[in-house]
Amino acid sequence: MNQNYEKYYVPDQSPWPIVGAVAMFLIAVGAALTVMQASEEGGNGHYILYGGIAILLYMLFSWFKNVIEESHQGLYSAQMDRSFRQGMSWFIFSEVMFFMAFFGALFYARMISVPWLGGAGNNAMTNEVLWPTFEAVWPLVTTPAGDTTQAMGWLGLPLINTVILLISSVTLHFAHVAMENNKRGPLKVFLGATILLGVVFLGLQVEEYIHAYQDLGLTLDSGVYGNTFFLLTGFHGMHVTLGTIILLVVFFRILKGHFSPKKHFAFQAAAWYWHFVDVVWLCLFVFVYVL
Amino acid sequence: MSSITDEHNNDAAHHDAGHHQPAKGFKRWLFTTNHKDIGSLYLIFSLTMFLIGGAMAMVIRAELFQPGLQLVDPHFFNQMTTVHGLIMVFGAVMPAFTGLANWMVPLMIGAPDMALPRMNNWSFWILPFAFLILLASLFMPGGGPAFGWTFYAPLSTTYSNDNTALFVFAVHIMGISSIMGAINVVVTIVNMRAPGMTWMKLPLFVWTWLITAFLLIAVMPVLAGAVTMVLTDKYFATSFFDAAGGGDPVMFQHIFWFFGHPEVYIMILPAFGIISTIVPTFSRKKLFGYASMVYATSSIALLSFIVWAHHMFTTGMPVAAELFFMYATMLISVPTGVKVFNWVATMWRGSISFEVPMLFSIAFIVLFTLGGFSGLMLAITPADFQYHDTYFVVAHFHYVLVTGAVFSIMAGAYYWLPKWTGNMFNITLAKWHFWLSLVSVNVLFFPMHFVGLAGMPRRIPDYALQFADFNAIISIGGFAFGLSQLLFVVVVYKCAKGGDKVPAKVWDGAEGLEWEVPSPAPYHTFDTPPEIK
Ligand code: HEM
Ligand SMILES: [Cu+2]
Repeated sequence: MNQNYEKYYVPDQSPWPIVGAVAMFLIAVGAALTVMQASEEGGNGHYILYGGIAILLYMLFSWFKNVIEESHQGLYSAQMDRSFRQGMSWFIFSEVMFFMAFFGALFYARMISVPWLGGAGNNAMTNEVLWPTFEAVWPLVTTPAGDTTQAMGWLGLPLINTVILLISSVTLHFAHVAMENNKRGPLKVFLGATILLGVVFLGLQVEEYIHAYQDLGLTLDSGVYGNTFFLLTGFHGMHVTLGTIILLVVFFRILKGHFSPKKHFAFQAAAWYWHFVDVVWLCLFVFVYVL
Repeated sequence: MSSITDEHNNDAAHHDAGHHQPAKGFKRWLFTTNHKDIGSLYLIFSLTMFLIGGAMAMVIRAELFQPGLQLVDPHFFNQMTTVHGLIMVFGAVMPAFTGLANWMVPLMIGAPDMALPRMNNWSFWILPFAFLILLASLFMPGGGPAFGWTFYAPLSTTYSNDNTALFVFAVHIMGISSIMGAINVVVTIVNMRAPGMTWMKLPLFVWTWLITAFLLIAVMPVLAGAVTMVLTDKYFATSFFDAAGGGDPVMFQHIFWFFGHPEVYIMILPAFGIISTIVPTFSRKKLFGYASMVYATSSIALLSFIVWAHHMFTTGMPVAAELFFMYATMLISVPTGVKVFNWVATMWRGSISFEVPMLFSIAFIVLFTLGGFSGLMLAITPADFQYHDTYFVVAHFHYVLVTGAVFSIMAGAYYWLPKWTGNMFNITLAKWHFWLSLVSVNVLFFPMHFVGLAGMPRRIPDYALQFADFNAIISIGGFAFGLSQLLFVVVVYKCAKGGDKVPAKVWDGAEGLEWEVPSPAPYHTFDTPPEIK
């Protein structure tokens, strides 16, 4: 490669970050207004939200386009590649910590607040004075206030979904092996299979939500059990959606002949993200469904 | 600690003349990918927020000048304390440190720029929008957030006004900005050091920022989780923080302080780095105990994850937990003590001169230590039952944050301003700024210890008559401190406009790569990495 380009590439001015900042501003304002107007008729917050999302997508598309072009021009050194990898790893770490907050809430509710409301430890009077008939059980199918629901079992859909995600991690691994051996055919097949499995997972997740709402009466507001259930699985589902979209973009790039056995950071990053989402699901399956 | 070859110096200068001059006009600032531009943007933004947040503090002190309700409505008073805290933490102190990191880290490690320059721009530019949302909510019907910067549930859920969603999403953006900024700093430090810049040669400011960035990536997402739960509790009928649904308001405090305590170290570790840079320069000695500084910083960061419940001693935790958090908190004083010892030992028998950055640094060492001591008093569980939620806590955290974090930022600004602008600042004015600040800040915060110990609660617009004299004194100190900061604005403005030209090495005792490039630092530095001996 040209000696010049072994230098660390510092891009020139770029319009995309500021466009992205405006997009983020619109998304925040739009989302806030949407939430605040939820109980009223004829709110207009969601238009701002959609506008922001559209600009964000446009920005991401253009930004990545620039990056891909620069990469194809050979502007990126090995050091640049390391920057991207490390950046992605730290981003995934931050995502782990985001889920930690919700797992923390789950553990706190299960191990502390619900037992204490039931009178555990030295909290007999808490139970006696507040809700004397309340009994601490998990899953919390009857809240102290008396709302009832049914628990989601782990057999059936959740188990199938676990298997699907595990298989998808394996197919993605095979895709990676194919990428490294420059076998483009198997690469496309395995990556395609991974994406398909992701879509199936999401479909089944929707099914499970319908089942929860219609048959079990398990809703977002049915006490702390429903809260943790839906926020954990919901945020996980959002991450699967994002991961699927990222894999899809990578898939299209492969169809266009991008990536080489040595240089395929975008593929690698997408794969890391997918494995991360998979691990989160395993924790979810154990702590939200089984235990 | 390290030096570069002369040959390289020419190289850097030559490169500057060659290509990539800053773009003209407004576009330069909107589209920039240059770490120095972005550093300046952060610093200017931070100063602006410092003045806005300061104006709110003036409203608070004006109301508290006399007992009784006179100037503002109590609900508005609550908005002022809340937004003052949020602005100072997320808008003034944190962006100031990020600005300093942007400017100085690449210069100190011999990197051409930050590792991810475009993302760097994005991290900055979303911040003003976040504060625009936060400030705009103050003018909306119902008003802005009024539940304290700690937004405890149920104040922020059941009892908050309808605009809380704006607060939530503003905080989300601040968090995203911090996380992206921190990722950039870590990757820059890990991946972009010039050849030969080994870990134990790293300037301490870089070390402390590395650890700060790790803390940021670890805890800002937890804050995001906390505000998300507040959002769903308030608008979607979840009951994370509502016992009727099996949740617990105290759970909010656990989640918040799991973020919140590391957060206070996020606001002080870079300060430690600045002081560890400045004190050796003006003592004309090497820093005493470099390695122990690195280890102390790391252990402070790790310990900061297991002390959060010292903010919650009065919430009725089991005794075992109270004891655990008491001892763990006290343990942090050990590495903190190591640091103070090392600074003093660095000055010991040095040939000290008292330039403005050094004045701020010495004030930092003394007054931050004072704040550490009141922290120790608060860490004693049974004693905290008395002090909690009084002005004693307010005194504590203003000593560590104003005479600590903010003084270190001032010290750093005076230390590097000549490097940034190529001009020496007006020393007389700067000394006036220092002495006025030093005196007024103590008039402002020291009596808070007394009224706090006597039981005056925090965040209340009125107080019992026996606190009247001290509060009048505190308010006078407050106005004096607030006005003194305008001097800083004047000094910075004049320095940017002109002044005596300075050489590359502005301070004769200074060490480090940043003093090897010309002043003002060229737009691009270290296009090819310097050689570190
Ligand atoms: C020797 C080290 C320190 C100890 C032992 C310590 C201890 C404590 C304790 C026990 C409290 C809770 C008081 C209460 O609410 O009753 C507290 C509050 C606080 N501390 Fe520290 N602290 C230390 C250093 C720091 C530093 C370095 C900072 C920031 C730079 C800081 C910032 C704060 C803040 C902001 C609060 C109040 C938060 C609020 O309730 O609004 N502290 N500290
Ligand atoms: Cu703390």
